[in-house]
Amino acid sequence: MGELVDRLGLTQPQVSKHLAVLRAVGLVSARADGRRRWYRVNGPALQPVYEWVRGFESTWDNRLDKLDDVLVELQTKEEAT
Amino acid sequence: MSSSIGNRRGTAVFTLPSDNEILITREFDAPADLVFDAWTTPELVKRWWAGDRGQVTEARIDLRIGGRWRWVMTANGGFEVAFSGVYREIERSHRLVRTEVFEMSPDAEALSTVTFDESDGVTTLKILGHYPTKDIRDAAIASGMEGGLQTSLDELEMLVLQVV
Repeated sequence: MGELVDRLGLTQPQVSKHLAVLRAVGLVSARADGRRRWYRVNGPALQPVYEWVRGFESTWDNRLDKLDDVLVELQTKEEAT
Repeated sequence: MSSSIGNRRGTAVFTLPSDNEILITREFDAPADLVFDAWTTPELVKRWWAGDRGQVTEARIDLRIGGRWRWVMTANGGFEVAFSGVYREIERSHRLVRTEVFEMSPDAEALSTVTFDESDGVTTLKILGHYPTKDIRDAAIASGMEGGLQTSLDELEMLVLQVV
């Protein structure tokens, strides 16, 4: 939890609130270890989110890979001239 | 230079900064000038915008404030996908703002802000799509529709139904 607070730049109560919501819907699970609490992401529960964005993301990935190819070719040409 | 070919394949990062936005970020080993050219020169747009999933059949670009653009591709499945809009801001090699309409659902106009940030020879490209509502944004994502490339015609029809 402390680590999340540092990384996210949010306050402890904010992070707590977010985590409580994520736990309530089963996206993360928590394990107590003394005074610390460890959170784990629940992969299978995130699958629908992944499915949802996958088509869109891969469309753009493919398109920008192609753009990369064009840029490489343009630069190669520039070097040659 | 050629040693970097392919090193960045598949590295586009997709995030949802707010309820009605989509952000795509990708780095290129090329100067911002060149990346900007690739977005604003019809012959270059024709070479990448369809990815491997079709052919760009039109890349009209009237690069001035208020000027229209219209990009059309025929996907490998045979159906046509057309986007068009108007340029709102043009800051050469830095920033491009344009309206963006998927012509099958012309009422859902998005605002697209493309930025090009060069540092040490690497250009970070950011494409921020701002949609009128969360529902329209979600529909765009669900259909993979920003290019409509992966979707069957049926799915495109579904999307139009959702948006209308």
